Parts: sequence; C-alpha cells; structure tokens
Amino acid sequence: MRMAELVMGLVMGVFSLYLMWKSAELPIGWIAGEGPGGGAWPFWLAVGMLMSCIAIVIRWAKRITPESRSEAPFMDSRTIEMFALNTGALVGMVGLFHIIGAYGAIPAFLIFYLRFMGRHSWRLTGIFAVATPVFMFLFFEIALQKTLPKGFTEPLFLPIFDFFY
Amino acid sequence: MEILSLLLNGFAVAFEPLNLFLIVLGCTVGLFIGAMPGLGSVNGVAILLPMTFLVPPTGAIIFLGAIYYGAMYGGAISSIMLGIPGASTAVATTFDGRPMALKGDADKALVAAATASFVGGSVGVILFTLFAPPLAEVALTFGAPEIFALMLMAFATFVGLGGDDIPKTLFSICIGLVFGAVGLDIISGEPRLIFGDIPGFFHGINFLVLAIGIYGIAEMLWTIEVSQGDVMISQATLNIKRIKATLRELLGTWKTMLMGSFLGYFVGILPAAGATPGSLMAYGVAKTIAKDPSSFGKGNINGVVAPETANNAASTGAMLPMLTLGIPGSPTTAILLGGMVIWGLEPGPLVFTNHPDFVWGFIASLYVANLFSLLINVAFIPSFIWVLRLPFTILAPIIFVLCIVGGFVPTLDMHDVWLMLIFGVVGYLMRKLDYPMAPAVLAIVLGPLAEPALRQSLLMSGGSFSIFFTRPFAGVIIVIALILILLPLLKIIYDKKKKPTPAG
Repeated sequence: MRMAELVMGLVMGVFSLYLMWKSAELPIGWIAGEGPGGGAWPFWLAVGMLMSCIAIVIRWAKRITPESRSEAPFMDSRTIEMFALNTGALVGMVGLFHIIGAYGAIPAFLIFYLRFMGRHSWRLTGIFAVATPVFMFLFFEIALQKTLPKGFTEPLFLPIFDFFY
Repeated sequence: MEILSLLLNGFAVAFEPLNLFLIVLGCTVGLFIGAMPGLGSVNGVAILLPMTFLVPPTGAIIFLGAIYYGAMYGGAISSIMLGIPGASTAVATTFDGRPMALKGDADKALVAAATASFVGGSVGVILFTLFAPPLAEVALTFGAPEIFALMLMAFATFVGLGGDDIPKTLFSICIGLVFGAVGLDIISGEPRLIFGDIPGFFHGINFLVLAIGIYGIAEMLWTIEVSQGDVMISQATLNIKRIKATLRELLGTWKTMLMGSFLGYFVGILPAAGATPGSLMAYGVAKTIAKDPSSFGKGNINGVVAPETANNAASTGAMLPMLTLGIPGSPTTAILLGGMVIWGLEPGPLVFTNHPDFVWGFIASLYVANLFSLLINVAFIPSFIWVLRLPFTILAPIIFVLCIVGGFVPTLDMHDVWLMLIFGVVGYLMRKLDYPMAPAVLAIVLGPLAEPALRQSLLMSGGSFSIFFTRPFAGVIIVIALILILLPLLKIIYDKKKKPTPAG
C-alpha cells in the first residue's frame, strides 16, 4: 500500500505537468479586452493539482497518512483475479458494442457473467439474457427514442422499427 | 387574502379530472425516468414536450411540471439502490444513500429521501406562492461576481466533504474542474485540452461520464473486492414498523430539512444555478454543522435529507424566475419556458394578470404533484427493495449494463463509454488509496458555471480580484467561503491547543 501511495502521487504529479503543458496551448495570461486567456483556468487548476501531489508525496515521506504507513499489499492475488475478470468482461462488452451492437453485446456479457462467473442456471441466465435487451430496446429505442449502437446488426432492426412507426 | 383566493381558484383548475389525471401520469412517468441512470428531469420534459400538444396549455404545463417533480423524486432511487446518480441533482444523495443501502437500510434511505423531497417541495412551493416577485428581484441583482462567490462557497464545502486528507481533497476538486474545462473555450471558441486530438473531447466531458464511472463502475469493483466474488445478498426489508421508526428518526432532522429547503430554494432561483449546486451546498452545510461530521459518507440520514430537500426546493425555486421574469433557473425550466412560448403564454410579470387561471392552476398543481409524487414513490418502495434482494452475482452485471447504457445515452457517443470505463478503473484504484472522489464529480458539474463567472468578473474589474470583496452580496459569500476553507486548519490549531501537554 505504501508503494502504491507513492506511485499514485508521482503519476498524478506527472499528469498535472502534462495538463499544465496542454493548457498552455491557449494563452494563460491576460488578454487586453478579453480578460484571462482560454488556458488560464485549466492551467492554474493543474498547478493546484501539482501542489497537492507534492503535498501528498511529502506526507508519504513523513508517513502521515494511514496508506503511507501500511505495509499490506495493494491487491492480493484473489483481488487481482476478480479485478481482471470484471474489467476484462466490461472491456469485452464495450468492444462488442462496436461490432455486434448493444443487443448482441449485452446478452453475451450477461451469459458470461451469470453462467460462468455467477454459476447460475442456464434457465435464469437465459431469462436475463433475453429480457434485459428486450426491456432496453422498448424503453430506450421505442419509448424515449434514444438509439443504442447496433453494429452490423443494424439492418435486422429495420422491420421492428417499421412495425412501431 | 388575495393570494389565498387566487390559490383556491388554482386548486379548482388543478383538480379538474383531466389535469388531475395528467398530474398522476406525469409524476409516475417522471419517477421512472428520474430513476433510470443517465436520464433526469430535463430528458423527461424534453422528450415528452411534443406530446403535450394534445392537451390544452394549462394541462400541458401541469403535466410537464409533474414530470419535473416526479423525476426529482426518482433521481434519489438509483443513487440509493444502485449507487449511480440518475442526474446531477442526485449526486449528493449517493454519498450517504448508497452506504445506507449497503448497510441494509435501503428502505430507510428511500423513505427519508421521499419524505425530504416532499418537505423540500412543500416549503419551496409555499415560498413560491408567498414571495415570488420580491425574491425574483433579489436574485436578479446577482451578477457574475456573486455567482462565482456562490460557486467558491460550494467548492469550500468540498474541503469538508472529502474527509481529513486535505491535499487529496484539493487534488480531487482541481482534477474535476480541469475535466470540466475540456472541450471548447467558451470565450474564444478555440479547442481546449483535446487529448490526443480525439474528436470525442470536443463536446467536453459530460458529468455523467465521470459520475457513473466513479459511482457505478468503481463502486461495483470495490464491492466485488469486498465480497471477493461470493454470492452477497443485500439485506433490506420494509414494514410499517420500520417506516414508523424512520419517520420518528426523520423528526430529529428537522433542522437539516429546513436548512436544505431554504438554501435549495434560494439557489434554485438564481439563473443558471438550479438544483445541483443547491443540493451540493446543502450537503456540505449539513456536514459542517453536524455534531458528528465523520459519520457523513458512511450512511448518515442527514446526508440523504439535506440534498433531497434542497434539490426539490430548488426545482420549485427555478420555476420562479421562469414564470415571473422569463429567465430559466435550470435546463429543465428552460424547456418549460420554450413550451410556454409555443403555447402562446408569454412568460413575465404580465402573465399573472393576463393568464391568472394558467399561473395559479400551475402553482396549485405543484402542491398536488408534490403529494402524488410522495405517494407514488412510497407505493413503489417495495419493488425497489425487491431489486436489492437479488443475489449480487445477478445485480452486478445488471448494474454494469445500466452503467454502460447510462453513459452512452446522454451524448450517444461511444467515446464517452470508454472514458467512463477509464474513470471507473482509475477511480477504483484511487479510492483504494483514500482519494475522495465526490469532490471531483461535484467540481465537474460546477466547473462550467464557475469559469465563465470568474472570467466575466475579472473582465468587469479589469483583472482585479477586489471585485469579489467590494460588492456586498459577493463579499459576504466570499468571506463565508474563506472561513469554510480555513475551517480544517482552524480545527487543527484548536485541537492542538486543547490537547493537554504531557507535563500538564
């Protein structure tokens, strides 16, 4: 935990410097007749971030915070496994949104999560894998007219839209 | 007496069968739209505005007002049940509402939120009835320096929100404000902070992307770590005995309710402020004045009551400048204003004399909508509780799906979904190191309001910060903000002095 506290402070410090540099692409000083330049607000906020990171590292060195004193691991092997499985499944689902669309990706994610991670029955898995996208479609696409991504499955939905409109 | 008589006439309009039906329908629809992550009152009112052309103008605005109220109630439901704020107005409700649900007190949190919403809405509508014109005049005197001072005061309360680690809290505020600055510079129109020249950054970072990332994805990853993937069923029950006990406990929060109602109402009146800053400020003030501020963020009922009273009072307050001056106080009232213009009802001082049936019918409908929102909300609590009883391995993927869809819906851009995932993962890692995430979410909401106010103020004063101290309203607010910022420091000094020396 102690090492993670330092690494996070340093990474965020570097990110603050990047933000300062990026903000300075626009003027950060006073422009006559216009007031503060467009980059001033984010630039000085990034300075504030950097100062906070410096304070975090100083407090780490002085072992002031509980995290800077803790010798416990940041993540144990079981946590790493759960973290990787969940984030992997999420990344997979969002990636599939681009290819097979929401109505293919959501059932795929639910089948993986409910059947293989949650070890629920095929019956329950099937009910959720079918009912969730049907509800999503009726609520978002038909009731609220908010279109979700459909990828290459787009033409399959045209007859359904013809039916409703 | 004249007001009372006009109000009674208004009730006669509101209780017409068609209008009463529209109120009940509006409250129910609004409740479900508000409860859906990614959708708030503004979405509900905007989407259903065209449908109101089927009914007379008075019925139309009564219907939209009821949706507005219902959605304000509904926003708390996803905050409490799923830990995902449905809209920015319900962000602060997540801080204590979600921990209460995780402790098995979801019913208590939902009843508290519904009751607080009712109190806030009632106080708001009473103030609306009594003090509409004079309060609108005071709010109109607020210029950019006063608005910025108000924003600074909101940020100052964040310092108290984040717990004891001040540098991490300040970091969280600053990064939230920087993310709020991504997009196009509002004055020059030039692109700003377009990371990697990715086109998705041109429309800025929607606050929901960060909010759902932090309170949806990161929260779920955290819960999965705590449960270690085991089947975890949230304990939640609802019965008359528990409702009675909750109502008794709520009696003890009357000070918070009144503070939230008045603060929320006044902030709601301010043009371009609305319910979000009101609810955040109310949460901050409730924590600051509490006897046990450390219990906030861990399931303190006052942490649910304060933002919920404030956001409902503010939603009523926001209608005041809309109706009396034709200036909307929030995005939702801006759409309502548009509707009024389409219906041929020109908002402004003359609307009270030219269309008294419409105005007073609308005001009376707010009383009725507030009551129906409470009843409908309470009636649905058992269904919401049922959701929590689902095994965690069923609830988790459903919440993940709602997060992803909720992140996509506001902008219909997959870029935002990826960004939300990144925020979720980084937010989870930062949370493990005790970085407070709430101030970042609050800052991204308020940043786009604060920056133009600061720049306009400095332009007015030729670059001098003295403008914030020389104007009476701004000066008072800035001084309060500075006291709030310095409060942790003063507390440390006080504690050190109080601590007895080893010799003593």
